[in-house]
Amino acid sequence: MNAPIRRVAIVAALMIFALLANTTWISLVRSDSLNAHPLNRRTRDAEFASFRGAILVGNSAVAQTIPNEGRFAYRRTYLNGDLYAPITGHYSYDFARSGLEQVYNTELAGTDNSQFVDRFVDMVTGAKRQGASIGTTVVAKAQQAAWDGLAGRKGAVVALDWRTGAVLAMVSTPSYDPNTLASTDLTEATASWKALQASTDRPMANRASREIYPPGSTFKLVTAAAALDKGLRPTTQLDSPSSFTLPQSSVVLTNEVDCGGTTTTLQHALEISCNTAFAKLGLTIGADDLRTQAQRFGFDSAVGGDLNAVASKFPAAPDAPQTALSSIGQFDVAASPLQMAMVAAGIANDGTVMEPYLVQEVRSPSLALLSSHQPTQLSEAMTASNARFLQDMMVGVVTDGTGGPAAVSGVRVGGKTGTAQSDPDRPPYAWFVGFAEDPEVAIAVFIEDANIERAEIAGGRLAGPTFKAVVEALR
Amino acid sequence: MSAAANETVVVYRKRRNVELAMVLFAVALGLGGWALTNLNLYGTIPTDWPIVVAIWVALGVATHALVRWKLPYADPLLLPCVLLLNGLGLAMIHRIDQIPEPIRHDARTQLIWTVLGMVLFGLTVVFLGDHRRLQRFPYLLFLAGLALLLLPLVPGLGREQYGSRIWIRFLGYSFQPAEVAKIVLAIAFAAYLVEKREVLALAGWRFGGIGFPRMRDLGPIAIMWVASLAVLVYENDLGTSLLFFGLFVMMLYVATERVGWAILGVLLTLVGGWGAFTFAGHVRVRVSAWLHPFEDFDQNLQIISAQFGYAWGGLTGRGWGLGRPGLTPLAKSDFIAAAIGEELGILGLMAVIMVFALIIARGLRMALAAHDPFGKLLAAGLSFVFALQVFAIIGGVTRLLPLTGLTTPFMSQGGSSLIANWVIIAILLVISQMARRPVRTSTPADGDTGDQITVRADDLTQVIA
Repeated sequence: MNAPIRRVAIVAALMIFALLANTTWISLVRSDSLNAHPLNRRTRDAEFASFRGAILVGNSAVAQTIPNEGRFAYRRTYLNGDLYAPITGHYSYDFARSGLEQVYNTELAGTDNSQFVDRFVDMVTGAKRQGASIGTTVVAKAQQAAWDGLAGRKGAVVALDWRTGAVLAMVSTPSYDPNTLASTDLTEATASWKALQASTDRPMANRASREIYPPGSTFKLVTAAAALDKGLRPTTQLDSPSSFTLPQSSVVLTNEVDCGGTTTTLQHALEISCNTAFAKLGLTIGADDLRTQAQRFGFDSAVGGDLNAVASKFPAAPDAPQTALSSIGQFDVAASPLQMAMVAAGIANDGTVMEPYLVQEVRSPSLALLSSHQPTQLSEAMTASNARFLQDMMVGVVTDGTGGPAAVSGVRVGGKTGTAQSDPDRPPYAWFVGFAEDPEVAIAVFIEDANIERAEIAGGRLAGPTFKAVVEALR
Repeated sequence: MSAAANETVVVYRKRRNVELAMVLFAVALGLGGWALTNLNLYGTIPTDWPIVVAIWVALGVATHALVRWKLPYADPLLLPCVLLLNGLGLAMIHRIDQIPEPIRHDARTQLIWTVLGMVLFGLTVVFLGDHRRLQRFPYLLFLAGLALLLLPLVPGLGREQYGSRIWIRFLGYSFQPAEVAKIVLAIAFAAYLVEKREVLALAGWRFGGIGFPRMRDLGPIAIMWVASLAVLVYENDLGTSLLFFGLFVMMLYVATERVGWAILGVLLTLVGGWGAFTFAGHVRVRVSAWLHPFEDFDQNLQIISAQFGYAWGGLTGRGWGLGRPGLTPLAKSDFIAAAIGEELGILGLMAVIMVFALIIARGLRMALAAHDPFGKLLAAGLSFVFALQVFAIIGGVTRLLPLTGLTTPFMSQGGSSLIANWVIIAILLVISQMARRPVRTSTPADGDTGDQITVRADDLTQVIA
């Protein structure tokens, strides 16, 4: 009977071998995906209870982790949560993350590759792992001024340092308090999440960078840039009829202001935001060249870097009437406030658009610099001389045109107002997009429920003071 | 014949002191797990530690002393392996006891079962003497085994738990009769097959060089097949069903040395498996939980949580008390291999599998070395059923196979399994004592004294032709 017993032994050995091979397989192949699985409570609990790094504005932490009693050893808290929510984003047990909490998750958690050495040291010394802190480019005073300027109205403000692309302020209202989602009382966090999701005001929508709206007349900056590229000059005369029937259609475009006769200069058309002049100009330039110009400012591509912003849009194949409407920022043109701030920043920076960014540096718990942002050029939107023409034209908008409320005494500022009627049933959007030379800042102010008349001047009157307040906060 | 030169006596080394050292080492590992759990969770060892240490060392030394006294030539490796697994199992149950609020004391109950298992082990060792005494009542034992196997189906006595009807409730205690049936049926099969092997081996027809049995000899295998299917269908227990049918087919093959039986057995298993998959809903659920666990997270939470546990434990584990085995349902019983993997790591789990492998290997070596066919068959059967059980449950928990609700021998919480496995080890030790004690390989001719040659051997296989 020994021969069959030996064969049985071989079968038993194969079974043991299969068990060992399979455990090896778990360890080598399956582990990573299992640990990364969103429903894995072990990793989720461990991460949620970890000593996460802080998010800094200036020297104060707007998001930090403090020791906690109970199931989780640490708790995430936010200072001025509503004000900084569009920047920090939220951090929760059941409802994932957003904003910088998401983009810099591995650094904050201390699991990033750049923190390998720290982790090794912690392992050897037995120290508790601690995440890196990230220092943002946000200026607290500017952020507060933007928040106060919106004064509870739905909208957004984005302020960029036009030399580097650094985000100096980013406000979205109505906002939410991330503390309620980071609560270690998971029932409470769930209730908060449900309430926020159910709110018709959509408080968790980041109106500054993750929503796009018709930019209205502020898009005339892009049309003007395309015109300058075609060789037109601020003094070039344009047709500015009091009404203009769009080609191949019966739609009649009228001006809300007197454009000053049947012809006017490019400069003056921008200052008073003359619709018929820009619509005809747009048709002359053509949809393709308009789109190219818009794309040079960053349209049609998601802004990279750490903002996690959505792409603004210029219509893909507009016909002639649609092109005319697009050139004054209507039809299907849609832009985020961040995008419009980039347009102003590109013009102010002599045509060079810098990639916007939020995080200046990442530092380990021992304050060693792990990474630091180098300003990155995104594109050359205009030639320097054309950019200077457009700067002067924008200054004219503030000194002689619709942008008067944005004027800051002692500072050379330029801008463009906008009022966009996206839907006849809802109030128009009010915009102001502009720059200041000192401080070097480009700002887009957007007010979603501007309860105002459709007059072009309204955009400047509503959004202009907020622009002014932010510039003054930065002086 | 020249008798003088033929008289050879093989004397195996007893290795009892080596066994004692290994027993102490195994006992220390179990106690180490217990101490580390307390240290990691509470930063201190309970003040009653001298009692705990004394109890466990005393139990280890007592079982060793018993073997030294009654079975001096028995295999020296089995007992330390068993004590190691039993100790680790107790420590892990104690660790999982600490998770709920308030903490539980299941480890104490398990320790009492362990003592009971050791007592039965001792009784078997003392009173069995010669395993061939078990050979006497094959049919009676066969019926008893079948009855035990099907006992949970008796209304009023059987009890359904976790979807399987494999428990009986008697005088307030629940018991898994299949664990005892395992031993009883292994003995019955061995005795029956030793008696009938000639007929089963020789009669029949050949096809393609492989011998197949006659129709009339198919009775026993048909009965076992039907009984296994009954366990599967009515008790909802895939594991037990496979275990018994596998045991029977393997012993049939070993007894007859005919591959035809093994092929027939595999075919019948496939047919039964296909039928079960097609007609029994719970088998389909098990299979889909094995192949696509994430398709139904809530239903397959247990197997998924076990996988998360392995990933969380990684290569070296979180350490005693530092993982989260409590997230996996039934972590103490069916899924103790998941708790081991999470806290002791993949390496710890592999070590445990290797200890199981050692027990299986020693058991099969005893089968090779045993002098009588009944001993061979019984040792091989018990070892194989042990191997099959370890393979099925650890393979199920690690997603190598569909999950079958079997216990992990010596580790899982549960008295019936523990006691049954201690008795199995006792029987294997008795068989090894019979195989290894000094015997004369030839009888000297009358009046011829001759020289007695003594061969000192360390390993059973050295003297097996």
